[in-house]
Amino acid sequence: MKARIALVLGSVSAALVALIIASPRVIAADKIDPAADAKAFQNFFFQKFPDVKREDFVNGPYSMNADMKRQWQEKEEFPPYEFALDAGKEMFATPFRNGKSYADCFPNGGIGIRQNYPYFDEKEGKVVTLELALNRCREANGEQPYSYVKDEMASLTAYMAFTSRGKPMDIRIPDDPRALAAFENGKRYFYTRRGQMNFSCASCHVQSPGERIRAEILAPALGILNAMPIYRSEWSGMGTTSRRFVTCNSQTRAVPLEPQADEYRDVEYFLSYVANGLPISGPGARP
Amino acid sequence: MKRSLPLAMLLALSLAPAASAANEADYKAAYTAAEAASREAAGMRNQWTVTVSALAAAKRAADGGDFDRATTAAKEAEALAKASIFQAMSEKEAWKAMEIR
Repeated sequence: MKARIALVLGSVSAALVALIIASPRVIAADKIDPAADAKAFQNFFFQKFPDVKREDFVNGPYSMNADMKRQWQEKEEFPPYEFALDAGKEMFATPFRNGKSYADCFPNGGIGIRQNYPYFDEKEGKVVTLELALNRCREANGEQPYSYVKDEMASLTAYMAFTSRGKPMDIRIPDDPRALAAFENGKRYFYTRRGQMNFSCASCHVQSPGERIRAEILAPALGILNAMPIYRSEWSGMGTTSRRFVTCNSQTRAVPLEPQADEYRDVEYFLSYVANGLPISGPGARP
Repeated sequence: MKRSLPLAMLLALSLAPAASAANEADYKAAYTAAEAASREAAGMRNQWTVTVSALAAAKRAADGGDFDRATTAAKEAEALAKASIFQAMSEKEAWKAMEIR
């Protein structure tokens, strides 16, 4: 009998010790650490493509293929986004009907600030993207919001990106559990498979950058938003970050979310943060 | 005996389409089930475009009175919706396997 009690006590003690040893690891694995995630993310791409210059990742498929890069460099002499850029500059400078302008809504008059978007708004408790901030600015000044996916919104963001060209992406995550949750939610969205094709964003842009999918060369996820907005030949026009997310979802045969849905805002936050330090290259041009 | 076998086969073949033909009630039951599964998938923010297309095809066929086709499309929609629900459930944890660490 004593032997049996000793055996039971011994087993319970061993189980408790195992639990104590294992628990810090469980906590560590669940801890949200954006800085560590960004470091691992960047290192993955730097090691996978040791011949690509770090600042070149923001040029998407052109960083992966020398022939395409040469063609793109020639195209940049008369870039297809130029009309949108000119239109955006004019729109940005044109006052609203109440006499105010976009410059009144942004720090530094909206010039050279693209690299700080999206940001986490602690008052609202949510991520605010540049597109969202622009429409909020319009609405606050009595104007109708623009479509999030193209035309005027693409022109405005093209101009604002252009004023930030070369500046390193600089996204902050405040010490706020809601901001950390938004980052984690964005990360989850990025890696989650969806649609009938059972693809996640990472299936193409982490596992297969540089590979062909039909006629296209897949861009690396690192720095993929630094070039936004983009002129896509496939679209025969400009498209915003929202448009990129919506079309990616459709291509996997998933019903896209509404532009500026929390998930899209959060994944933009995640992707922008892990590209911190890489230069803004938008507006871009893509096949 | 030799003559009765082909006759029986002919009879069976002629009756088969009638036996498998779906009616409006079959379609309505299939569509209701598909719609419920589709709503569940949409609630999980994981609707598939092909589910929506199959549901629309079912409705179109039913509007045209083709309940066979309508029922088949509705059943396909239900299967697709259930697959998307399974995907959403399994990805709650499975996404971590893809994460860069």
